[in-house]
Amino acid sequence: MTKDDVKQIVLDIIAEIAPDEDLSDVKPEVRLRDQLDLDSMDFLDIVMELRKQHGIEVPEDDYPQLASLDSCGEYLLPKFEAKASA
Amino acid sequence: MTGELNGAHYDCIVIGAGMSGMAAAIRLAMFERRVLVVERHNAAGGLNSFYSFDGRKYDVGLHAMTNYAPPGAKGLPLIKILRQLRLSRDDLDLAEQMGSRIAIPGYSLSFTNDFAVLESEIERAFPSQIDGFRRLVEHLKAFNETALDIQEQSAVAVLSEYLSDPILVNMLMIPVCYYGSARENDLDFSQFVILFKALFLEGFARPYEGVRVIIRALMNRYRELGGERKMKCGVREIITENGHASRVILDDGSEVTADKVISSIGYAETLRLCSDQPGDAGRDNTGALSFVETITVLKQQPSDLGWKDTIVFFNDSETFDYRRPKNLVDDRSGVICFPNNYRYSDGRRLEEGFLRITALANYDRWATLEDTEYQSAKQEWYERLQRRALDFLPPPRVRQKEHTTPPMVAHKAQARFVLTEQTAAQDMFTPLTITKFTGHLGGAVYGAPNKVKSGRTHLDNLYLCGTDQGFLGITGAMLSGISMANLHVLGAGS
Ligand SMILES: Cc1cc2nc3c(=O)[nH]c(=O)nc-3n(C[C@H](O)[C@H](O)[C@H](O)COP(=O)(O)OP(=O)(O)OC[C@H]3O[C@@H](n4cnc5c(N)ncnc54)[C@H](O)[C@@H]3O)c2cc1C
Repeated sequence: MTKDDVKQIVLDIIAEIAPDEDLSDVKPEVRLRDQLDLDSMDFLDIVMELRKQHGIEVPEDDYPQLASLDSCGEYLLPKFEAKASA
Repeated sequence: MTGELNGAHYDCIVIGAGMSGMAAAIRLAMFERRVLVVERHNAAGGLNSFYSFDGRKYDVGLHAMTNYAPPGAKGLPLIKILRQLRLSRDDLDLAEQMGSRIAIPGYSLSFTNDFAVLESEIERAFPSQIDGFRRLVEHLKAFNETALDIQEQSAVAVLSEYLSDPILVNMLMIPVCYYGSARENDLDFSQFVILFKALFLEGFARPYEGVRVIIRALMNRYRELGGERKMKCGVREIITENGHASRVILDDGSEVTADKVISSIGYAETLRLCSDQPGDAGRDNTGALSFVETITVLKQQPSDLGWKDTIVFFNDSETFDYRRPKNLVDDRSGVICFPNNYRYSDGRRLEEGFLRITALANYDRWATLEDTEYQSAKQEWYERLQRRALDFLPPPRVRQKEHTTPPMVAHKAQARFVLTEQTAAQDMFTPLTITKFTGHLGGAVYGAPNKVKSGRTHLDNLYLCGTDQGFLGITGAMLSGISMANLHVLGAGS
């Protein structure tokens, strides 16, 4: 698993949550909120879908780590790896 | 007798399969909570359900789904609901209104889903008020009406700061009150903002097949997620222990348990289910406002008779009295709706014409009538409301040529004659009908005057959603169910 795989997982979740958003040109380094119309309800759903689909827990204090695709990759990759080796 | 669910345990029980309860249940089922929806009636939908009568299908309520948002719109309630429930726009099949009006003698303000229309109408009819109106709209747009901790303010007082003409203030209050005020003659400003945005800045839409489309979309979604429901069986009692809902007793005697309970049936109605509360609990916070609604099936499309409005909010004078009438019905003001007058895609038209009229009514007065009196009162008020509605509609166009211009009185008689001739069927419901089918005390469609925005109750695991949490109408109720499920069951710490 790579950071890009993780970013793709996050993008797939966003596509499910917000099918009305155009995700073809999401810039990984830019905050998701600044380029997409996502509110706190949507971010809560990203967290809940991560838990439901992949068993990944994101504590509330860490929500800011999900700000951009790059930061998602950075923060979530170790969690996915830990999960895979568990 | 003990029922089939006896002994079952759930993560959450949702009381009521109305719009808010269904939305809450979908959210919970979506994230793998074990949910049970319990509904006393045989159909879902609650205050906005549907029924069949004499071979015709009727909607209980639906005039308009408020909060219309066009594809691509950002951050609006409808978009939030679709996202949160993972529904697609196509599931709701929404068509936009043709155009509506607020009408009082001497004044008429048209509006559509394009806000510029209302603005230009106000500029035309109230030229001295337009600057104040624009400032009011800026204030409304910047206002955070969903914050759970805002100070209450009188809407009339705030409006009067911006608008010096009380006639305009009253005209704006008519649609806002009728589409969601649980308080007499005024409402909390944040509630006004929610409704103003829902009605004017967003707008009206309707699915071609009416409310059943929305209910079907919710039910299908819930079913796909494997959610359980128990229909035709209400909650009889919530057994409490030390400030906690420990067991729920159903009408069939089943005793079920749940970590959390969300109730959509109303504030006082919910308290009265609790074993630690007196039978009249919440009586200082029950709604006084109820309505009658007449439904007339027309042999023609309303537009063929010259009736092109989607909705007309009317009042017979410059002052507006929005309160429980002394009489059975107050026919001085009300709402006229033609569900035909939406822009259905592909040129579809409803098979028959419909005229719906809503007016304020007094539950207690209706409740004291004997059966035959009740029937004749229904007929009398049906006719009076029809007559009143005709005062605010253009004279119906008839096919035969008229050679003379009859005086006003003859005109009115003629209009009544045409309407009677064009009527294929009629129905009417009263405050008693509302209580009978939804359990809302006093037929109070908009519930308790003081809303419980936090959704919390005296029990640590019992929450409210829907009407009495403070979000009304179809869209508001769904949003309420979603946000209460998120906050109290799915949210941080749960
Ligand atoms: C005539 C009329 C016209 C309307 N027109 C419109 C309109 O055009 N547009 C719009 O947006 N809104 C309209 N509304 C308002 C809208 O219908 C409501 O605001 C909304 O449906 C409220 O949903 P809810 O989930 O909060 O409550 P409810 O719909 O009341 O849901 C509560 C449910 O709980 C059930 N219940 C009650 N007691 C129990 C019990 N003990 N055990 C189990 N179940 C129980 C009831 O049967 C009901 O199904 C109209 C309402 C009426 C009455």
